Amino acid sequence: MEEMLTAIGRELVQRQDYIPPTVETIYFGGGTPSLLSSQQTGRLLNQIRKQFNVAAGAEITLEANPEDINERKARALADLGINRVSLGVQSFHDPILQKLNRQHSGRQAGKAIAVLQNQGIANLTIDLIYGIPGQDTSAWEDNLQQALALNVPHLSCYALTIEEKTALGNWQRKGKFKAADEAAYEEQYRLMCQILAARGYAHYEVSNFARPGFTSRHNMAYWQQKPYLGVGPGAHSYQGKSRQFNISHNARYIKALKQGTPWYQQETLNKTQVFNEYLLTGLRTSQGIDFNYIRQAFNRDIYSIHRPFIERCLSEGKATLADGKFVLKDNALILADSVIVELMMDDQ
Amino acid sequence: MKEIRNFCIIAHIDHGKSTLADRLLEKTQTIAGRDMQEQLLDNMDLERERGITIKSHAIQMNYTCQGENYILNLIDTPGHVDFSYEVSRSIAACEGALLIVDASQGIEAQTISNLYLALENDLEIIPVLNKIDLPGANPDEVADEVVDLLGCRKEEIILASGKEGIGVEEILAAIVERVPAPAGDPEAPLQAMIFDSVFNPFRGIEVYFRVLNGKIGKGDKVKFVNTGKEYDADEIGVLKFTQEPRQEIGTGDVGYLISGIKVAKEVKVGDTITHVDRPCAESVQGFEEVKPMVFAGIYPVDTSEYEELRASMEKLQLNDASLVWEPETSVALGFGFRCGFLGMLHMEIVQERLEREFNMTVITTVPSVQFHAVYADGRVEDINAPSEMPDPGGISHIEEPFIRAQIITKADYIGSVISLCMDKRGEIKNQVYLTADRVELTFEMPLSEIVFDFFDKLKTISRGYASLDYELIGFRQSNMVKLDIMLNGEGVDALSAIVHRDKAYEWGKRLCEKLKELVPRQMFEIAIQAAIGTKIIARTTVKALRKNVLAKCYGGDITRKRKLLEKQKKGKKRMRQVGNVEIPQEAFMAVLQID
Repeated sequence: MEEMLTAIGRELVQRQDYIPPTVETIYFGGGTPSLLSSQQTGRLLNQIRKQFNVAAGAEITLEANPEDINERKARALADLGINRVSLGVQSFHDPILQKLNRQHSGRQAGKAIAVLQNQGIANLTIDLIYGIPGQDTSAWEDNLQQALALNVPHLSCYALTIEEKTALGNWQRKGKFKAADEAAYEEQYRLMCQILAARGYAHYEVSNFARPGFTSRHNMAYWQQKPYLGVGPGAHSYQGKSRQFNISHNARYIKALKQGTPWYQQETLNKTQVFNEYLLTGLRTSQGIDFNYIRQAFNRDIYSIHRPFIERCLSEGKATLADGKFVLKDNALILADSVIVELMMDDQ
Repeated sequence: MKEIRNFCIIAHIDHGKSTLADRLLEKTQTIAGRDMQEQLLDNMDLERERGITIKSHAIQMNYTCQGENYILNLIDTPGHVDFSYEVSRSIAACEGALLIVDASQGIEAQTISNLYLALENDLEIIPVLNKIDLPGANPDEVADEVVDLLGCRKEEIILASGKEGIGVEEILAAIVERVPAPAGDPEAPLQAMIFDSVFNPFRGIEVYFRVLNGKIGKGDKVKFVNTGKEYDADEIGVLKFTQEPRQEIGTGDVGYLISGIKVAKEVKVGDTITHVDRPCAESVQGFEEVKPMVFAGIYPVDTSEYEELRASMEKLQLNDASLVWEPETSVALGFGFRCGFLGMLHMEIVQERLEREFNMTVITTVPSVQFHAVYADGRVEDINAPSEMPDPGGISHIEEPFIRAQIITKADYIGSVISLCMDKRGEIKNQVYLTADRVELTFEMPLSEIVFDFFDKLKTISRGYASLDYELIGFRQSNMVKLDIMLNGEGVDALSAIVHRDKAYEWGKRLCEKLKELVPRQMFEIAIQAAIGTKIIARTTVKALRKNVLAKCYGGDITRKRKLLEKQKKGKKRMRQVGNVEIPQEAFMAVLQID
């Protein structure tokens, strides 16, 4: 672990100039950063503060598993200036947690939330998963109600995705696990939108809901094409015109930084790719895409090109168009990929 | 002349014609062992793969029998009903035929019809039972069948195995002894018949001919009677393993002619070659213009490849004179070509050659036969595409081509064969027992009913036993209608078809169901309708997608996801757009998949 921190420290030094000097958000995530001791987290934060100008009121988030949170840890995090915690709750129901191979229980999750709130970290978000086979719509509703009862101001609710090279993917292949059907996904999605809207949560991205003032500034940056610097193995950075991917293999990452050999790959984006990324991130959010901006920045009159499609979306109540901003409604966010593919430009 | 023997081989597919022919070539040392390639006569790749002869070929062998030297010309015949006219011309170029019958399978329908053709041309038939080495061989019974059919003596039948080389010597001897030498007057004006042509990219069209009267010399000025075109005989020669130039080809012999002809269309099988300055009085009988029987649209998958497709079709036509086409436009498919084919096999061959030899990917639309629109004043117009179907109010009636189909089957399957043919609007005309358990059935039925999958079905219901041959017998009045397909209310012209009214409902229903499987679900619901005129006769719906979004899209996910969606976009580009519906290419072939 020490070697890893040293390597990350080296990377930070080398990438001082990758982004503008003022930092608005910091995010400790990917893997299990709550495994770091508070002291280690502090060391990293200090280095960032030393190298960059961390804005007053910057959003500093740490991803954590509920089982890693206790009172002492929570106090230490708060002392370090961590002002937002993202908890991988997934579900409040134990049988489901076991099915998903999680170490914590529903009770532990509730307790972790309360502990963090007691230590003054009110800006909390939790991950929940729907469309899990065996978790019917009423069970899903109960999960949402528990989150609301715990006064969590931000929710990331993900439809279960089974990827091929994961444990779940293997189980599915062997027939031990079966994804929920489309109808179940849709039903649980609709119910979620309804319940959370009624409780004042804005549906600001396909999988993200927040009460006013609790939108994740860090994640929004991803979706607004703002530059970001990612350090550590597998981390990913963006500069507006290019993206950079670090080696994800831990030992090789450490070795490369020790020896001063390249530890990342770079991909330069052409205009079509930048445009397509704008579409795909924009259409997934409640900010939508801006036809005027597209005309200015990409010299493309998207409305004329796709008029029949756009008008059909509008007339069927799947989107709104005001001031040149085309925004998908709840009933179309669940189909966002279809819309994105339709409006995308061919990459020549 | 008395040393020449011209013969062909009549056999059913898989009865071992090519293997036996190879043995003849080996035995006569026409081909050195090292040049021997399995089934040498079938030299198109496609032919070798499918194990059938598509084009006919010819080869000359030298054979010594009892001290005399003979020239044996083997004229190979194509083995598919699509090419029956070419078969008839090959037969007309010969004095004898080897009738090869598989000793376990017995005689098949196509063999019989080719045999009749040979008998009509007074060919001497040498019956050969092949594959006698196989455990399933039943030479006695099959020999009886052959005796019944030919009225020959059982001793005249040669037992052979191409694979084992059994009977090869006997066959060669029989050719010399039994097949008559060609007749013909060496002093008469030149009269030669074209029985085949081959495209050579360097030398132009090679014309294969048989001299009936007179002789042809190198450098002669010759004329093709039916096209009226004149050429110089730049090179003539005989067809050995390779071409061997000669100064002269005499009466009764078979040879090739090269005179810089660039377009296959100028060389018509069955045409007569004569001298310009001393023409023959009569052309060779039996010449016919080859007419396409099946029509379909061919479109480039990528609409930008239209010109490339045109160039490919032009090149293809250089060595396939029976392919006809003209430009056609479709709302759904853009620019393409309406093509006429000799039959379904020919259509498949053209499509495959476009893909293999020219690297084109094409969409082929619903194949259709030629219909006639008959007007009140007796005027007749050809209908080669559903789009050409006139408004029913303006015409007297529609006529469709009918065929006489000969089917030979095991007696066990008579019931199912008859019901299949009845279902295809066939009418049974005759039923003859060839042996105790083999029956020949004759039907009259519409050609349009057999173009799709009739043959496959026939094979299935008869467990592979039944064989089919057919000939066109003319046009008859039929109650045909144009069936249109609409997606979300917009017509998809490339999916229209001309069908019999009694079958339109069933057809419409099945096509809608099939399309429902093939058209991917999209963001909006898609109504699929089948209509005759303005009347909707079937409908179904492709439900809208309910969920299509990935859950997570942070940092590194963005590139991954962009690439994924860009790939989907590319896939969509290969689809055809009609109104707001995307149709995958397979859908245009859906009709072929309807049972």
